[in-house]
Amino acid sequence: MSDLQKLTIGKALNLGLRRAMEEDPKVLIMGEDVGKLGGVFRITDGLQKDFGEQRVLDTPLAESGIIGTAVGLAVRGFRPVCEIQFEGFIFPGFDQISSQLAKLHYRTQGKIKMPVVIRVPFGGGIGAVEHHSESPESLFAHIPGLKVVSISNAVDAYWGIQQAIKSDDPVLFFEPKRLYHSGALRAEIDVTGTPVSCFSSQVVREGTTATVVAYGPSVKVALDAAAAAEDGGQSLEVIDLRTLSPLDLGPVFESVRKTGRLIALSEAPSESSLTSEIAARVQQECFYSLEAPVLRVTGFDTPYPPAKLEEHYLPDLDRVLHAVDRSLAW
Amino acid sequence: MPSEQWTHPEPGDGPAAVAAQPSPEQVIAGLRATSEGGAELTQLLTPEGERVPSPQFDKYVEDVDAEALRGLYRDMVLVRRADREANAMQRQGQLGIWVPLLGQEAAQIGSGRALKANDMAFPSYREHGVAYARGVDMKDLLGIFRCTDHSGWDYQGTGFHPYTIVIGNQVLNAAGYAMGQKFEGKVGDDDGEATICYFGDGATSQGDVHEGFVWAAVYDAPLVFFCQNNQWAISEPTERQSRLPLYQRARGYGFPGIRVDGNDVLACLAVSRWALDECRHGNGPVLIEAFTYRMDAHTTTDDPTRYRLSDELEEWKLKDPIERVRAYLARNGYADHDYFDSVQADADAFAADLREYTFNMPEPPPERIFSNVYAEGNPVLDAQREEFLSYLDGFVSAGEH
Ligand SMILES: Cc1ncc(C[n+]2csc(CCOP(=O)(O)OP(=O)(O)O)c2C)c(N)n1
Repeated sequence: MSDLQKLTIGKALNLGLRRAMEEDPKVLIMGEDVGKLGGVFRITDGLQKDFGEQRVLDTPLAESGIIGTAVGLAVRGFRPVCEIQFEGFIFPGFDQISSQLAKLHYRTQGKIKMPVVIRVPFGGGIGAVEHHSESPESLFAHIPGLKVVSISNAVDAYWGIQQAIKSDDPVLFFEPKRLYHSGALRAEIDVTGTPVSCFSSQVVREGTTATVVAYGPSVKVALDAAAAAEDGGQSLEVIDLRTLSPLDLGPVFESVRKTGRLIALSEAPSESSLTSEIAARVQQECFYSLEAPVLRVTGFDTPYPPAKLEEHYLPDLDRVLHAVDRSLAW
Repeated sequence: MPSEQWTHPEPGDGPAAVAAQPSPEQVIAGLRATSEGGAELTQLLTPEGERVPSPQFDKYVEDVDAEALRGLYRDMVLVRRADREANAMQRQGQLGIWVPLLGQEAAQIGSGRALKANDMAFPSYREHGVAYARGVDMKDLLGIFRCTDHSGWDYQGTGFHPYTIVIGNQVLNAAGYAMGQKFEGKVGDDDGEATICYFGDGATSQGDVHEGFVWAAVYDAPLVFFCQNNQWAISEPTERQSRLPLYQRARGYGFPGIRVDGNDVLACLAVSRWALDECRHGNGPVLIEAFTYRMDAHTTTDDPTRYRLSDELEEWKLKDPIERVRAYLARNGYADHDYFDSVQADADAFAADLREYTFNMPEPPPERIFSNVYAEGNPVLDAQREEFLSYLDGFVSAGEH
């Protein structure tokens, strides 16, 4: 029997977490305010009520503590899912992530597994004060031993979080916070159906003129740009990366061989980032197919500005189309 | 060394100093929001507005005559009125977010007024009352909350550091600053300098705060750690951070800790003056736990009805920091209705001024994204700026903007 439900990204995550907890008593949720409050974004709403305080832990206010104890709990056989309240607050936990979480499997040559998920709401566009709008994912993709993924829609939210929890490797799970409660992104999901695999990149719109590769909140920007471009007679192919480390660039190479042009889109600063990596690898693999250099549309190499300026800072549809024009003009 | 010696400056001088160690039940109760703060709470003015003598601390407020007390009252009323105005402006869409200080006026005005010109304060993000006491124009705080700016006042001139949002970061920064005061020989007598650092009860769980305690202790930094225990870290009560009343933690680091009634402006002033004085003379650091209550939401995006009971709020309303000073002033004939009305009128004017300023606050130009990322030049960024500004110009010439 299928059970179709129409879910926002936020609700899909909530339900995905619930399913994972029902299936495996070793799954724990831990973080600041995840219990009674249901998290500041309400993603864990109702879980503590149903699973109790030992499975949904309102932790002391300390990220190094949250991640460091999750490492220990994992050693003991648990599968902790940590919530970081906003991406800007992950840095007190950076040491535990890079020194222990990412490396224990290697250091023990596989004797210790680290099935830990760290959920990180990320990205801008919510008009917030400092440290609430950043995109630090490249920093984590640079650390060997971590899986880094980012979702852009409710289907991947629902299945992706379950898949991340099932993974025996540590997963940094980046969630596009400004889309959590977007009604427009509500999707019909068969919640009892066959799991969808979420950790590979995926063509989300086919096209022929140029390829736009994006992830997380930028996928929506890319799709909006593609819809607008269609009015101008251009056909953009859009790829959702979904997996940021290891990068699954196969579908990107294939697409570039078809369109000859690539725009790499992200809200993060550009220097030494995921978009740098994509550009390097695509020119290496697709050199003879490229009609123009790979162009990047990104945030600037500045700290995230005061939110009154974020409409300028965040790559929007116009900046994507401008890059497409530049690519075509080559 | 008897424990009292760690928690009170002059043991044996009065009832608070010789209070027995609290029982385990009292400890838990002391952590709980609805408690009275335990046996070791330093208080000079009761919630009913009665003056309680304190052999230890009276001398620190000897100069606080009727006029000075009226001044403290006025400070608190103005700051509360500004806070309520900002909260309302957020509701009206004029501010992106607001972080209310409602209920914490006494802790902030009492400690803020204890500071001297050369002292330095490192705030968290709720310290609007301390900002006011340091002479920061409250208008200059509003850019942060209207999201036009990340800070925006004269830090050196006012001795008030930028707000810090990442919980606990500023505690280490303050420890470093205070170490600098010490290294420069600015401590040792009545004219010595001191630093005060503000953080919440939740923050005490962060590694940075622990490290701040360690650094300040081993370098004898002239630093007053001022923890405003407002009972909640968003939805998490103090019990979720500690099994010990927070002021008692100081002992483990080797410096004194004291719990003061954070809703008693006179006690906060006295205890802060004492602690700062210790620091000026080279006897720092000191931890003060101001036992108070956050009477509003954590921020305007929070919904406290999900995690706390309204009974609790009602109980704390009876301990309102402003009402008790008002009662004291009225009872002793130090102020009459006309005076209270005139303060209210001043507060309304103060709020109206903030409102007008907010409504007319200019938006930052796009260049601001790129300004002051580095003190020195950066060619990559310069190129990015030029490219983006000429891209924007394209819209202007196309008549789109
Ligand atoms: C490192 C970090 N983690 C999480 C947050 C999100 N956050 C903002 S305020 C807050 C609660 C702070 O509580 P407390 O320290 O008691 O101070 P209060 O706000 O009650 O004054 C949290 C969890 C943050 N700002 N920084």
